[in-house]
Amino acid sequence: MKKVLALVFVAVLCLSCLAGCASNKKTIGVILIGDENEGYTFAHIDGIKKALKATGYSEDEVVWYYNVPEDETTYDKCVDAAEQGCKVVITNSYAHQTFAQKAAEKYADVQFVSMTGDTAKKSNLKNFHNAFNATYESRYVSGVVAGAKIKELVEAGKLTDKNYDADGKVKVGYVGAFPYAEVVSGYTGFFLGIKSVYENVSMEVSFTNSWFDIAAESSTAEKLIADGCVIIGQHADSTGAPSACEAANKAGTVVYSVGYNVDMLSVAPNAALTSSTNDWSVYYTYLFNQLKAGKEIATDWSEGYNTGAVCITKLGTSCAEGTQQLVDNAEKALKDGSVHVFDINTFTVGGEPVNSTFCFDSDGDFVYDQVEAIKDGYYHESEYISAPSFNLDVDGITKLN
Amino acid sequence: MSKSKSEPLFRISKRDDISFKKALMIRAIALAAALLVAGIVIIMIVHVNPFKVYGTMFLGAFGTRMRSWVTVRDIMTLLCIAVGLAPAFAMKFWNVGAEGQILIGGISTVFCMKYFDNLPTFVLFLVMIITSMLCGAIWGFLPGFFKANWNTNETLFTLMMNYIAIQFTSFMVAKWENPFGSNSVGIVNNDSMRGWLPSMFSSSPGDDYGWNVVIVMIAVVAMFVYLKYSKQGYEISVVGDSVNTARYAGIRVNKVYIRTMLISGAVCGLAGFVAVSGASHTISTSTAGGRGFTAIIVAWLAKFNTFTMIFISALLIFLDKGASQIASDYHINEHVSQIITSIILFFLLGCEFFINYNVKFKKSSKKSKEVAA
Repeated sequence: MKKVLALVFVAVLCLSCLAGCASNKKTIGVILIGDENEGYTFAHIDGIKKALKATGYSEDEVVWYYNVPEDETTYDKCVDAAEQGCKVVITNSYAHQTFAQKAAEKYADVQFVSMTGDTAKKSNLKNFHNAFNATYESRYVSGVVAGAKIKELVEAGKLTDKNYDADGKVKVGYVGAFPYAEVVSGYTGFFLGIKSVYENVSMEVSFTNSWFDIAAESSTAEKLIADGCVIIGQHADSTGAPSACEAANKAGTVVYSVGYNVDMLSVAPNAALTSSTNDWSVYYTYLFNQLKAGKEIATDWSEGYNTGAVCITKLGTSCAEGTQQLVDNAEKALKDGSVHVFDINTFTVGGEPVNSTFCFDSDGDFVYDQVEAIKDGYYHESEYISAPSFNLDVDGITKLN
Repeated sequence: MSKSKSEPLFRISKRDDISFKKALMIRAIALAAALLVAGIVIIMIVHVNPFKVYGTMFLGAFGTRMRSWVTVRDIMTLLCIAVGLAPAFAMKFWNVGAEGQILIGGISTVFCMKYFDNLPTFVLFLVMIITSMLCGAIWGFLPGFFKANWNTNETLFTLMMNYIAIQFTSFMVAKWENPFGSNSVGIVNNDSMRGWLPSMFSSSPGDDYGWNVVIVMIAVVAMFVYLKYSKQGYEISVVGDSVNTARYAGIRVNKVYIRTMLISGAVCGLAGFVAVSGASHTISTSTAGGRGFTAIIVAWLAKFNTFTMIFISALLIFLDKGASQIASDYHINEHVSQIITSIILFFLLGCEFFINYNVKFKKSSKKSKEVAA
């Protein structure tokens, strides 16, 4: 009895000794919605690790918080990171931001960055920031890939009556997560990308009301395929839609998939054309460099092809001939500014061109009431605030639900 | 020979009583064994010194002043729920509906924060506490009432009440959504901080959680006295032992069911208040976060002694905090660190078996041969 107690006592002593000396300096706190098993978060982890290397920070200086839900847990983790001496705290999911903002109010000398958030500007806090890659640009380019495929299919006479709508336009389907501006901006960019190569298309969008739901994304894609859509685009995080396309494609249906975030060739070797994706390391490198130099961090940061923050994944073998050339041209044009995704000459709303619209909701009633978005002939997406704001219902796109 | 063959390898008999010392020793051995086995797993998976990992767990729970407070806060919330469950389980009423009772208590708290925020501070807190307890009590009353009158199965009933509460929470979240598209209520009264439980040692809420401790400790003491020294507490334990005995003794069992579930639900509702006003300042379907079920373990292990519950809640929360810290510090998947904490938990819970039962091994084969000869 005494021996056992003595042993336990010694063990506890050892523990507390080690506890005392195990801590080291922490500079960067990272709060993640998932872990490396989940594609979106994996991309962030990857980006942060690359950026650490590029800027000379050690991984030991990072505190990682995995699987943090979008609730008060986020606030706890923000406080925890700040209390450990972190100079910057990053959160990677949209609804983390409310709690990060609360922590930013409390810890004025710690910088908080809410990736994909949209309240930094409104908050007027000097230490609270938002960043969002200009994903609509890579969606546009992935649309170019899809457009080239449609053109090839039409010219080869591979499409049947089912693939055309009542007006004789080729049907494209899109699996969206939620009907928010982020998604609207994305699918409109994709649609306009297709139209830049093949004009005669219409698009049906169906929402799953979840960012990640394999079953729902798969069944939604099946529904769109049954309706005759020849391309299935997506703004949802799972492989549900590409897998459904691959199955249908194998069964002889003419349908191809354009994915998101990750290369879908592993699940859809025949059906996947490409995916639009992000390189988060571009922002994180910027962030860590500013931190190191003690310089101010932008309240809103949004970059696209000109800094390499967005891109598309490797083209699949099913892509039409000459696609690479079209992609190169489109990317070059976006880079040098000769093409803008939301050029007002390329879309109409209710049959009319749009010459003026707001892009900022100043009073929280979910209606844009400030800041003109259309200047120099195009909609300035992600410029005033980094989060996508484009939410116009462009002609040719039908929301199914 | 044939006689010795038929003797089983070991026999298990229920212990009537075990000395405190012996029970403590069994627990100490279990802890040592747990740390040993977990250590082997750590070396195999993470390839680091297990003592370092245990040190990390300790840091995860108590590494900074704020961490210690957060740990204490979470212990208190879990404890409050367990205290709420104690009377129900003491009368063998399987109240698995704490999740729902917490959520309803939480929703009513947010409701008060949003719509009664012009009341004087003290009155506001009184109103919040009373409504959250009242709403929790209603959620507890329904299964109690149905059990008493129609002998419905309380496990299913309370479980179903959870789903109703979760759906109701989703509905309220959609109604109070802020900002639009976040699918979350955001932080209620972010600027005015009305209805936020204040800090005890500082002017800004959330610097410490002293008042959480006070509120929950009041519940702990009150429930202890109620269960141990009151007539109603005695009735509960009689009903728990045998419904027929209780009937024979003239206890109106149905009345006890309803009354006890009102109390159980009310305290769980109070836990909802503590979780919302004292910690999160928001409401979501994850506000209860499975703690309504974890608290069942706490209540049972403590054998409904509310003071013992303090230690068990502390252990569970400590392991939880430790797990996240291991994941963060050693870049391992959080699930791996949960394996480590579950190993520890397995031994600590498993040793209860040896405290309750006596295991006698077969006498060595030599001896049995002698006997046979």
